[in-house]
Amino acid sequence: MSHVLIEKTDHLSDTIFKYQKGKHVMATPSNLVLRSDIDFEAGKRETILGRWDEQIAGHKVNVKLNAEVVKVEGAKGAFRIHLRGGEVVEAANIVLAIGTQGNPNRLRCPGADSPLIQYQLDDPGEYFDEHITVIGSGDAGIENALGLAADPAQRNVVTILNRSADFARAKAANVALLEEAEREGRVIVRRETEPAEVRDGELLLNTRDGQEAIRCDRIIARTGSQPPRGFVEAMGIEFSSPEPGSFPKLSPEFETTTPGIHVIGALAGYPLIKHCMNQGYDVIEFLAGNRDLKPADEPLLAAKFAALPGKRSVEEWLAVFGGNVGVLADLSVLQLRELMLDSTCHAYEPGQVIFRRNDPGSSMFAIAEGSVAVEVNPADPSITVGIEQGSIFGEVGLISGRRRGATIRAAEPVVALELPRMAALKLLATSPGAARAVNAIAIERQLLQMFGPGITKSDVAPLVASAELVQARAGQVIVTEGAEDKDVYIVRSGSMIVEKQIGERPVFLSYLPAGSYFGEMAVIDGSQRVATVKAAIKSEVIRLPGEAFLAFLAANPVLRDKALSEMTARRATNAFIEGQKGSFSGVVDMYSQTAQFLVDNGIGEATDVLLIDEKLCIGCDNCEKACADSHDGLSRLDREAGRTYAHLHVPTSCRHCEHPHCMADCPPNAIKRGPDGEVFIDETCIGCGNCQRNCPYGVIRMDAKPPKKPSLLQWMLFGKGPGPGEAPYGWRKSEAKKQALPEAKLAVKCDMCARIDGGPACVRACPTGAAIRVSPEKFLTYTKLAEDAE
Amino acid sequence: MNAPASRSRFREAEKRRDSDHVSFLRHKGFRWLWIALLLSGASALGYALIDQQPRPNGGTWYGYTLGTIGLGLILWLTMLGVRKRRINPGAWSLKAWTSAHVYLGLSLVVVGTLHTGFQIGWNVHTLAYVLMLLVIATGIYGVVVYAVLPARMSDNRREMTRAQMLDALTALDRQLESAAQPLARDEADLVLAALKQSPFAGGLLARLTGRYPGCATARARKGMAGDSEAEQRVRALLEKRLAQLGQLREALRIRAALEVWLFLHVPLTMALIAALTAHVISVFYYW
Ligand SMILES: Cc1cc2nc3c(=O)[nH]c(=O)nc-3n(C[C@H](O)[C@H](O)[C@H](O)COP(=O)(O)OP(=O)(O)OC[C@H]3O[C@@H](n4cnc5c(N)ncnc54)[C@H](O)[C@@H]3O)c2cc1C
Ligand code: HEM
Ligand code: SF4
Ligand code: SF4
Repeated sequence: MSHVLIEKTDHLSDTIFKYQKGKHVMATPSNLVLRSDIDFEAGKRETILGRWDEQIAGHKVNVKLNAEVVKVEGAKGAFRIHLRGGEVVEAANIVLAIGTQGNPNRLRCPGADSPLIQYQLDDPGEYFDEHITVIGSGDAGIENALGLAADPAQRNVVTILNRSADFARAKAANVALLEEAEREGRVIVRRETEPAEVRDGELLLNTRDGQEAIRCDRIIARTGSQPPRGFVEAMGIEFSSPEPGSFPKLSPEFETTTPGIHVIGALAGYPLIKHCMNQGYDVIEFLAGNRDLKPADEPLLAAKFAALPGKRSVEEWLAVFGGNVGVLADLSVLQLRELMLDSTCHAYEPGQVIFRRNDPGSSMFAIAEGSVAVEVNPADPSITVGIEQGSIFGEVGLISGRRRGATIRAAEPVVALELPRMAALKLLATSPGAARAVNAIAIERQLLQMFGPGITKSDVAPLVASAELVQARAGQVIVTEGAEDKDVYIVRSGSMIVEKQIGERPVFLSYLPAGSYFGEMAVIDGSQRVATVKAAIKSEVIRLPGEAFLAFLAANPVLRDKALSEMTARRATNAFIEGQKGSFSGVVDMYSQTAQFLVDNGIGEATDVLLIDEKLCIGCDNCEKACADSHDGLSRLDREAGRTYAHLHVPTSCRHCEHPHCMADCPPNAIKRGPDGEVFIDETCIGCGNCQRNCPYGVIRMDAKPPKKPSLLQWMLFGKGPGPGEAPYGWRKSEAKKQALPEAKLAVKCDMCARIDGGPACVRACPTGAAIRVSPEKFLTYTKLAEDAE
Repeated sequence: MNAPASRSRFREAEKRRDSDHVSFLRHKGFRWLWIALLLSGASALGYALIDQQPRPNGGTWYGYTLGTIGLGLILWLTMLGVRKRRINPGAWSLKAWTSAHVYLGLSLVVVGTLHTGFQIGWNVHTLAYVLMLLVIATGIYGVVVYAVLPARMSDNRREMTRAQMLDALTALDRQLESAAQPLARDEADLVLAALKQSPFAGGLLARLTGRYPGCATARARKGMAGDSEAEQRVRALLEKRLAQLGQLREALRIRAALEVWLFLHVPLTMALIAALTAHVISVFYYW
């Protein structure tokens, strides 16, 4: 076939090229066969890239390096591909495999094409005696500047430009290092300064006090990058939704909405290398006229469906799921196949339990055939409500990351699809119709669950119709003390804090996790708002208009009584704290500030968090040692690091977030929520480090599994090995070398000791009781926070 | 999935997530204090009521009983050293162990003393008894420092880790190094001496007392008398270095105080066990 492989850089596979030196590259999923003619198996980055270069040459692939595509015109059969520099390549078909790295933002000033400018810094050690300017105030820019200035022997004059006065986008630790380097005169930091023009050996700056030229031999521009979406859309290719996380719409042959252009790999939404390679193979086979090729995942799907009754083919099953399940209606065949691969198919006998109330659950179910019964009254399993074929269930656990609200059984023979959280979220992001349907169902079910047994769909129907989903930023006020508005709110995800102005200070009253409701007092007795409610973190609340809520209560007197009694309880808490104010104002202030401190430190999105009472902690680090000894010899917590207020310390340790940030961008979806609510990383981790970067609390570390230590007895009697706790780095390194262990660095984090008898080892190993793991809604109460530990 | 098992764990976990921060001393409403008091009370009552012939001592059947209880307790108390380093397998809580250790250890004062029948002499039996009392005395010191020092350590730390304290020192040192360039020879030497001295220099005594009479930074600060711009700058930096050293040294002092007693408690325990072995063998030998 006549072809050309166009590559922007001077090497192929830039993403892999940019991995750190010696990175161990994984070849997951292991059950997927590799079709490509180029070999690929797990191994070192250098080995893989070397083999590819060799085989690309061996297969006589026509490669054109240093050729960046800037624009594509024309249509199938006659595309004109414009390269930077003006050259044009003609093609009948195009396969876009440009990944998701995108292009670095270019400088927007005269001279932006100057050869002085580079967008990456591979080795800061290779420049000597130069005047180098780094542009960009993020972590990348700061790290580059520090790297260039690290060794005085290089005698570089390093300047970093920052458009604003502070470095708000960078990590605090990097900013501190930069400021130190500035004080010591190693780096020149110019704030509120922008480049005005790049000249020969000179850079003109726009500063607060006017223009100024500085000597400049090299410019490193680190001002972020543009995702390739704009470039792709300019070819007329449509994406599945405006969400930033969505991908191009594709046919089963990976063809886009622009005929003749195919998209594969990371850009198509398949970040694993094996997928990328297989898709390339499939598309080229298709273009070469091989129309009968089954996709590479065919055997995997067949294996998935094998357990289902009826001996139907893959095609037939796909038609059943795609055709019967409402939320899957909008998906393309390709998307459906992928969703199937990520999900589990189940067949249930009538009466069989699908899940039980209070089971952990972060997946959503869809009924392809049959129907299920929900046990709405925990006290009486015989009272059930049905959910029909084509509908979904289990979405509450999915959306708030919490436990199952009710036991569900199959009512007849059922075929169901279980979508893990990530797959379900991807579905919602790619299919607006699915998102709408799930939202409506979720609101209805949340109401049913909240108001308990005896309430039916038709009872809540008017409420559902009037309900509105409201997004709230962290800190956004939903209800203001003293205001006259009369709506009722349900916390759908995230959490709220309730505050009351006492004297001139706001006092923390209570914490509302997802699933609670508030605002009902003012509606029921027509009073003003008695407290302010604001989002502790980014949250979603459901707003129900006051009149609809009142009408609903009027129709259901039992609920009215329940609401009244809950109201009395809330009143009592408020009155109690207000009453305390006069006599122990110090205690109330302390309570309020401690609660605020904890919320500021991420407790509002935690489900299970390690706290250390520093009035008890003797600093023995037994907690860290026990952690390491319970988990392959690596500690997943840093006791000393972290913030402290009033002797309450929040160490660096996983908070098992309600909506874990770490899960967001894991290529093999290796991060899951386990049966006890723990967020854990399974053995499919490929060590890409995304989760480490995404966790806002810095609790994930990348490290190789250490060699086994000699036993405790050997250490106690003969002093063999490094003893209890995490072995020092040097010992691990040299011992691993001796035993020739693999050194792949994988992500490690707290798993709440889920598979360990007795629960978290850190807590159990603390001799004084300083270390506790608690849930925020149980801990953020007056009694707990104001109690004085011994 | 094993649903029932996972649900029972859930209940357990929910209880844990609701836990208070209660110290080992108050663990479970002073459970082990009550048990220890009961044990001591019962031993004393038995001692008073039971007619031991020819006289109360370790050789009567009651004496043997107390001796066996005491020996068992001591061996079990020693096991804390193992439990502390081996929390799995089993649902142990070291806090519960420490709580029991402290109160049962204290009850040994009663049990052990009654076991002697107040017969004291210059022999291996009394040696074991005295060693036991010493172990207990060091243990009591340990509990006192555990109660008093943690809050002070926390206040001194001001959210800094020890590594950060050292980093802060290194940062100051780099500034001092360049600031000292314009100084005269003798003053520069003072600064250099301060930079060269390890922040840990001074030995165990200094670490425990927090007093470092040989501190070169303090000396340099005193010697920096002049009023030139460079001298003023160096003086200010030396003040900062002193303050940073102070924080680090205070952290080390408190840590040392929290640990040093264990270097008596544990070796004394070893000596106690050796003496007990001799005591038991000799008793059986002469039986
Ligand atoms: C740190 C890290 C570790 C990872 N580890 C693993 C692992 O162990 N195993 C695994 O399976 N996956 C891993 N991944 C994911 C995997 O590397 C990527 O998803 C995969 O390389 C994507 O391949 P691709 O061909 O779609 O895109 P890329 O590899 O990004 O290739 C796109 C190529 O197109 C070029 N290009 C882009 N735009 C243009 C243009 N306009 N004109 C010309 N050329 C252009 C680029 O220079 C690049 O060479 C990891 C990812 C990261 C970031
Ligand atoms: C004869 C009686 C005792 C014996 C044999 C004994 C033995 C031990 C041993 C072996 C340890 C483990 C130390 C380590 O490995 O780090 C220990 C720790 C300790 N002991 Fe004792 N002990 C005794 C009595 C007491 C008493 C009476 C008290 C308190 C009043 C006490 C308080 C402690 C404390 C606080 C610890 C430290 C726990 C920790 O930090 O992990 N001990 N003891
Ligand atoms: S690793 Fe970080 S983001 Fe993930 S659950 Fe834990 S604290 Fe949250
Ligand atoms: S085990 Fe307890 S006392 Fe020891 S360092 Fe950890 S929290 Fe502090």
